[in-house]
Amino acid sequence: METGKKSKTKKKNIVVIGNGMVSYKFCEKFVSKPKASSYNLIVLGEEPRPAYDRVHLSEYFNGMNPEKLTLGSLEWYAENDIQLYVGQLATHIDVTNKTVTTDKGRIFTYDKLIMATGSAPFVPAIDGVEKDGVFVYRTIEDLDLMLSYAKRAKKAAVIGGGLLGLEAAKAVKDLGLETHVVEFAPRLMPRQLDDAGARILKEKLEALGIWIHTDKNTTLIDGDQHVSKMIFTDDSTLDVDMIVISAGIVPRDELARKIGLETGPRGGIVVDEKMRSSNPDIYAIGEVALVNNMTYGLVGPGYDMAEVVVKQLLTGEETSFSGADLSTKLKLIGVDVASFGDAFCEQEGRSIVYEDRAKGIYKRINITEDGKYILGGILVGDAEDYNMLLQRVTNRIKLPENPEELILGPRGSDGNSGMGVMDLPDEALICTCENITKGTICDLIKAEKVNDISGIKACTKAGTGCGGCAPMLNDLYTETLKSMGKEVKKRICEHLELSRQELYHLVKINGLRTYNEVLDNFGQGDGCEICKPVVASVLASLWNDVIQKQCHIQDTNDRFLANIQRGGSYSVVPRVPGGEITPDKLIVIGELAKKYDLYCKITGGQRIDLFGAKVNDLPKIWEELVEAGFESGHAYGKALRTVKSCVGSTWCRYGVQDSVSFAIEVENRYKGLRSPHKLKSAVSGCTRECAEAQSKDFGIIATDKGWNLYVCGNGGTKPQHAVLLAADLDKETCILYIDRFLMFYIKTAEPLQRTAPWFNKLEGGIDYLRDVIIHDSLGICEELEKQMAHHVATYHCEWKEVVENEERRKPFKHYANSEEEDETLEFVDVRGQKIPAPWD
Amino acid sequence: MKTKIEKEITTWFRAINVEDIPNDNGICIKVRGQQIAVFNFNKRNEYYAVENLCPHKRQMILSRGIIGDMQGEPKVACPFHKKTFSLKSGKNLNGEDYCIKTYPIKIEEGSMFIGFTD
Repeated sequence: METGKKSKTKKKNIVVIGNGMVSYKFCEKFVSKPKASSYNLIVLGEEPRPAYDRVHLSEYFNGMNPEKLTLGSLEWYAENDIQLYVGQLATHIDVTNKTVTTDKGRIFTYDKLIMATGSAPFVPAIDGVEKDGVFVYRTIEDLDLMLSYAKRAKKAAVIGGGLLGLEAAKAVKDLGLETHVVEFAPRLMPRQLDDAGARILKEKLEALGIWIHTDKNTTLIDGDQHVSKMIFTDDSTLDVDMIVISAGIVPRDELARKIGLETGPRGGIVVDEKMRSSNPDIYAIGEVALVNNMTYGLVGPGYDMAEVVVKQLLTGEETSFSGADLSTKLKLIGVDVASFGDAFCEQEGRSIVYEDRAKGIYKRINITEDGKYILGGILVGDAEDYNMLLQRVTNRIKLPENPEELILGPRGSDGNSGMGVMDLPDEALICTCENITKGTICDLIKAEKVNDISGIKACTKAGTGCGGCAPMLNDLYTETLKSMGKEVKKRICEHLELSRQELYHLVKINGLRTYNEVLDNFGQGDGCEICKPVVASVLASLWNDVIQKQCHIQDTNDRFLANIQRGGSYSVVPRVPGGEITPDKLIVIGELAKKYDLYCKITGGQRIDLFGAKVNDLPKIWEELVEAGFESGHAYGKALRTVKSCVGSTWCRYGVQDSVSFAIEVENRYKGLRSPHKLKSAVSGCTRECAEAQSKDFGIIATDKGWNLYVCGNGGTKPQHAVLLAADLDKETCILYIDRFLMFYIKTAEPLQRTAPWFNKLEGGIDYLRDVIIHDSLGICEELEKQMAHHVATYHCEWKEVVENEERRKPFKHYANSEEEDETLEFVDVRGQKIPAPWD
Repeated sequence: MKTKIEKEITTWFRAINVEDIPNDNGICIKVRGQQIAVFNFNKRNEYYAVENLCPHKRQMILSRGIIGDMQGEPKVACPFHKKTFSLKSGKNLNGEDYCIKTYPIKIEEGSMFIGFTD
């Protein structure tokens, strides 16, 4: 008889049957306890590989390799002294002698047995379900079978329009098949969404090319040997050559039944709140456990159950599993869907609903009759508010006076909806993946056990799962420090205890020219990837020196003067001022792209991006570009990018000024200007604003009297319109104000802070900014202008410097000791051009 | 100059002249068919060799990362998503489970040797 490892001392054996996600979590929690070493932990898994992340199974089809899904590798189990046996299906339990036998004939004795057998896909009894081409969706092996079959299929149907079914639909779509979803209920995700929410989801999925058929009950799967057709109870049919069944799960309790453990009528091992089955030495956790007549098909509750058992066995702590919140938020095929609390308003209460079918957004919150508390709700298309809404439900936080603002956003003022993270009670769960409360996090901060967000993550694992709570962690950190009376000192990193503004000032008045001088004089340690590029940016803004001279402090994009892309190749963007380009120059770009096999795309900034350049080709490509009169476009740098323009009065019948000429003038003036973040601009020739100048860091719009100057606009994550700084300016004054504005921003902004958030934090707002820029209230305008004049006078094309200098060309190769190119670069073809092979 | 010598090393492979590694910077070299990132941590007067592959998205890139330290631990940051790894132990410093392989090195007569155990 085997007991796993021959134990010298009499260690007790804990045997876990099953090696899925919950089993892995059980092991992880088990070995983290000090008493773990007094047990032998033995895990038996039926599948041929160790535990992997089933939740993200569909990513396997995105070219992900199975190792990336692995939760605990074989090495991990070995390092933690866990005896893992994969490919061993437990077939018998002898409760008298306390042994488990596997299909390979191995026998293990146990002192305590944990059943973590999970569940199997539920396969409805449909005629023809045994045919070739019908699959279930649960394991990597299932996916491999689908993958090989899908090569000869064109059209697939997924039976089941719930959570799992839509995940499977994504997988099928990723295989490149025409995808249909067949749902028995009248709507998608019937357990999470109401009719209106499901309708929006359906419309969004259909827009993505997935066919949805609801209210369909399959009676027959037709076909000779292979699947060819589905026939439904309403006599309608659907031609398909592949079917994936994802219509629910059934607990794997067959072994438990065999030995007479109490099981539920619809499956599942009956356990009490301590996860104990009817046999005192046998526990059940995860999807197979039936607690208070409920089984849980989500990992969160399964992890809680694992914790309950680990604590009982190892710490003697009295914990119990009292049910779980089934609120979920997920991205289904790119669509945000969330359902939380009492989503259908089954208790006494009323609902507030917001629906925008054009945008595909549906939000519903259910509140108590008296309007004091939120009970639950549904979000489709935009689930940004999920965290805060869920916190209000779980912590019974009082609603604001106008609860509709929670989903509509406040009207009028620019304030928020009146609840910050500090209003939450200490027991509020911040990270629901790892079960970390606000209190735990705040205590760590208060006890000064952590110095930053990554410290919180490392200590508690909060924020390391789905990452959805990261913004709350940030707020908690700054707000807690503030509440301790500590000034949240804006520091760049552990090496430079300075704000960027202080750094800028010190570098300037001390005339520091290199990173090492800065660190020696004002910092400590050896620097890092945060402070090095910040100092590089400040040095560049102040002195406009050749970037390559200190390439060790540049981010890779600045080091190679190109944008790194997936796979490790770079993209090349020559400057096209104002978006005006001659046919000859276009031809040069086209010829180059052909010669070096580059993928071409027109950018949003009216220029041409050439992707897929090998690092060793960059100097050769630029040699030809410089020869043809092109300059660096600085797409790789935190610097001025482009000045877009509409065609203006030269051609356009509406134009009132020559916007193209002005855009070219502006772009040529500020090209190469390094700043805390990228800078974008545009010039429109009339009030129709075709160049979209109001979405730029600085934008100029022609009037019949001159030019209106707008500042601090932003596209991107949080779009914000630029505000009018001054109206009807002549060109010279307009440029003068831009000079001052840009230099003021460069001098005072935080690292990686664009003009819009910088402006939002500026006390006094636009009036203050006007005072500084127009009325020189700080008396710094002369200095700002001087600095801009220095920048303009010292401009140089960074690429010209490189191609004309043998020494600077040298680092542009993949191997320092060989002329070979990186053999791991991989490209695939799409629409006649190359793109990088997808990464994991 | 710091060198690292381990007993089980059977082959010392002469990899590169140390003066060919720019100060406080890294380069990639190909040794026995493997991509290895070597760093000249001039600020600390130390050299390091680690695998060039960032395990996060499996990209051959670490030699182009910025080096520095976290509370004294020398590290390299991957240029793609700023995952950082100890140059000494190869451990990820952002609390992730994956890590990178580090190689023993020695510097003799201006050359860096990388140690292999097979």
